[in-house]
This record gives sequence, structure tokens and C-alpha cells, in this order.
Amino acid sequence: MALLEVKNLGISFGGLKAVDGFHITIEEGQLYGLIGPNGAGKTTVFNLLTGVYRPTLGTITLDGKNLVGKGPSEICKSGVARTFQNIRLFGKMTVLDNVKTALHNQVTYSGISCFFHGPSYKKKEAEMTEKALDILKVFELDQYQDTLASNLPYGQQRKLEIARALATNPKLLLLDEPAAGMNPNETAELMETIRLIREKYHITILLIEHDMKLVAGICEYLTVLNFGTELASGTPAEVLNDPKVITAYLGE
Amino acid sequence: MKKISNKQVWKNIGIILISYIAVTLLLNSGLLNRQYTSLLVPIAINVMLAVSLNLVTGFLGELSLGHAGFMSIGAYTGALISLNLGKTGILPEPVAFAAAVLCGGIVAAVFGFLIGVPVLRLRGDYLAITTLAFGEIIKSVINSMKITNGAKGLNKIPLYSNYKNYTVVFILMVITVLAISNLMRSRDGRAITAIRDNDIAAESIGIKISHYKVKAFAISAFFAGVAGVLYAHNVGILKPGTFDYNKSIEILVIVVLGGMGSIPGSVIAAVILTILPELLRGADNMRMLLYAIVLIAMMIFNNSRIKEGLMMNRTVKKLTGKGE
Repeated sequence: MALLEVKNLGISFGGLKAVDGFHITIEEGQLYGLIGPNGAGKTTVFNLLTGVYRPTLGTITLDGKNLVGKGPSEICKSGVARTFQNIRLFGKMTVLDNVKTALHNQVTYSGISCFFHGPSYKKKEAEMTEKALDILKVFELDQYQDTLASNLPYGQQRKLEIARALATNPKLLLLDEPAAGMNPNETAELMETIRLIREKYHITILLIEHDMKLVAGICEYLTVLNFGTELASGTPAEVLNDPKVITAYLGE
Repeated sequence: MKKISNKQVWKNIGIILISYIAVTLLLNSGLLNRQYTSLLVPIAINVMLAVSLNLVTGFLGELSLGHAGFMSIGAYTGALISLNLGKTGILPEPVAFAAAVLCGGIVAAVFGFLIGVPVLRLRGDYLAITTLAFGEIIKSVINSMKITNGAKGLNKIPLYSNYKNYTVVFILMVITVLAISNLMRSRDGRAITAIRDNDIAAESIGIKISHYKVKAFAISAFFAGVAGVLYAHNVGILKPGTFDYNKSIEILVIVVLGGMGSIPGSVIAAVILTILPELLRGADNMRMLLYAIVLIAMMIFNNSRIKEGLMMNRTVKKLTGKGE
């Protein structure tokens, strides 16, 4: 059974159909790419999948469980985590605290322990710190653990966002333009990291990207979106040579 | 990691003990005249009010202008319990006062919860105006109820928490400050701060925003209610007019001056801004003018390069414990 199955997904804002009749099936462990020109509706698809928007049409099932109608925090608990196109970190918190905040539903203790820092608080906090540092080490961010997130360099902020999403222990990770604004070196490094986390954490990844090199380099399967509808699907080689796709990107 | 946190605990205990001993010495040595001894409890009350408002305004990032409303709920609840149970001898005095403190806090927290629920969808300016209106509603309701004795207010409330019982007041203040600073260094506290920094991201990592917003409002109201109980048992008289929006603004000024989201800042600002009007009493007519000027000067200093430079200074860093 596929991990994520989306059927006939659609949303309208007033008269505008931002996404219409969108299908996608992602198998467990796949690295799937969602590409398309600006304004094609890629981020809207992410917002539908994570419950930021409620679809007007269609179904979304993760591991056989329905996700439509659930709020973002519940969808996160069911195992979908995401990053954002415009970075959304907790800027005035430290790098370590950003990741510890994401462990919110992974390591829990009672509300009373929050006031009285008793033994259970100390034990669980230590566990949280350890887990958070483990994740930060994968991204080589552990050296910045006490830096405020907003003071990190841009590339590191992007990485921290992925680290934070991973901390929620997702089955499916949605990356919204992870390489946006990165130079070629940083992009290459990012590709390595994405490969690494997929193997290390056994997760499925769906990513939106403009950088064709990154997409062709690591994605196993692609869907091209244009004007809110699917234009083509297939392996990178098939899709990127498809005349329809070339037209959509470059014009006639 | 562990060593630093233990060091922090000892430092806190040190600060608490030193300030307690200092207050005791000042009181017993007779150095303070009546004018200043009567300030001790108001200082503690303002510390509690400022720290609890900081939870909503500084950490949750929502401007609340109705804090005096929660304070008045606590004050009236506590006073009614003391008048009806303590003074009549149904309960022994300490028990009556403990009941007053607890009930005052809890009733205020219930109202904090009630105001928290409808204002969840509001933020920023809209929320501020709603909380302002809420404070005024409470004032009007208290003004027109029989049990609160209307505009005449309550009087002859037993003085359980005046300066003679400063130990109790001091303990309650310490509990408030510790509870809120502990909260901010915990799972719930991080969730609250995350909502302030980016609510969409907070939701995306599984934090229930509505839950934590209401929780922050209720906890903040609880401690404001306790501060209200102390106020009632310090002054002995309650009038609805005391808890108007001026009082809310006064607390907000303390929080802003001390720094949004800084608990030590709130404590220091509360002490300074409570003593300042008394220090300026000698200036007579010019008092409020001077107060305003000093306030402006402090606000400018707070955002100046001079302070920035001072905070970067090594010795200052060591003293404030940010050097580690």
C-alpha cells in the first residue's frame, strides 16, 4: 500500500481554482519531486496536505488514514512534517530550543512538572536535549546550539528548518524549495544531507524545487504541476524531456 | 550542562536569601520610615503583576490591557472570603487567608480561561482592545453587584498581608517569579514562545495553538488574582475604581520597561517604578511631570547603544550570568 494517496484534490479561492484534480501516489521510502513554473500551485498542494487549507474537493490518505478536515497540529501528529518556502524559524529561541520545541509530542511530561522542575522534568529534558543534539549533529549544527536561530547564516537556517521538521518523527517529510537562495556548493551539500536523512531515518520525502539539477539528481519520481493541474508524471528523464513540460517552462 | 544548571539554582537561592535578609534588616533596624515600609507590599504585588503579565505580553506576544481586571477579581474574591469566613471566626485566620489566596487565584484563572476562549481568533490590536473592554466590563459588573457592595466597595478587610506579615508576601512573590520562570524553561513554555515567534510553524510541528494561548491567559490571570488578594489584605479597602485601565497600563509600562520576555527585567522595573513616585514626593507639584520624564529617559536608555555596550561588557555579562 502506498504511504500517501491523494485523489482528485482541489481548492478554489473565490472563483480561482488554485489546484484542480490533483493526483499523487507516493510509495514508502520514495524521494518524490513536485515541480512547476511559478504560481503553478505547488505550495498550495503542501498547504492542503498539511491542513493549512481545507480542500474543497478530493481525498488525502496517509497510511490508509484520512487527513482531510484535520488541523495542522493533528496532521503533524499523524506523521507529516514540513518546511517552508520563506523560512519560518522561532527566531528568538536558540537553535537547540527550536529542535526541542519540535520534540513537543515526542517527549512529554505533565503540565505540573513545568512549574516544579522535579525528577521527571530533569529526566525528560535531558532526553530531549540528547535527541535534539543527535539531530543537530546530522546537520552539523550542534556547534551553533546556543545561537539564536535568527542569527544563523541563511544556509544554516534552511538546514535548521529541516532538522526541526525531522524532530517531529515524521513518516513523510515535505520540503518546500529547500535549495532556494543557496549557492551551488550549498545545494550540493544539501543534496547529500537529504539523501543521508532519508537513509538514516527511513522516511519518505516529497520536495518542491526549482533547481533542476537538484531535482534530476536526487528525485526518483516527478510530478509537474501547471495552472493547478498535473501536466506530466514519471521518472526525471522522462519528464524533463517531455515537450509539454519544456513548453510550460520555456514557452513555445 | 548539568553543572551550569546547578550553579543557576544556587545563584537564585542566593539572590532570594539576600533580598529577604536585606528587607528584614531594613525593617527591623528602623532605617525605613512609615512611608517606605508601606511600599514593601506594593512592590511585591507589582512584581507579581508584571511577571504574570509578561507571560502573556512578552512570551506569548499578545498585548493584554485587562490585567487589572483579573487582579480585581482576585481581590474581591479573596476579600469576601476573609470577611465572611476569617473575620467571623468560622475559619482560623491563617486558613482563611490561604483559602482567600487560592480561591482568588482560581476564580481569576477561570475568568482568564473565559476571556482566552473568545479572543483566540483575535490578535494584535484587536485582542488588545478586547482585553481592554473586558477589564472595563469587570469594573462595571463589580460596581453594580450587591455582594461587592457596589461603588462603596468593601472595607475593614482584615490586614493579613500588610508589611508586618511581609514574610508571607515575600514567599508568594518568590513562588510567582519561580513558577513563571520555570514554566518558560519547560515544554509548555517553549510552546508558548514558539507561538509568539511563528504561529504557523508552531502549528506545523504539532503544537495546539488554542490550547497554549488559553493556558497562558489562565496562568497569567491566576497570579494576577493572587496579587489582587494580597492587595486587598494590604490596603483593607476595595473600590471598583482602583482597577481601571490606568492600573492595567501601569503594569504594562513595567513590563515594557523591564523588557518584553525578560523576567529579571520585570522584577527590577517593578521595584524601581513602585519606589520612584515616592522618591519624587519631595518635588510636590512637579512629581508626576518628573515621573514621566524619568520614564522617558529610562525607555530611551533601554534602547540605546550605551546599554548595548554595557551588556556586552565582560564584567556585566558575568554578573548577569549570560557569560557561560
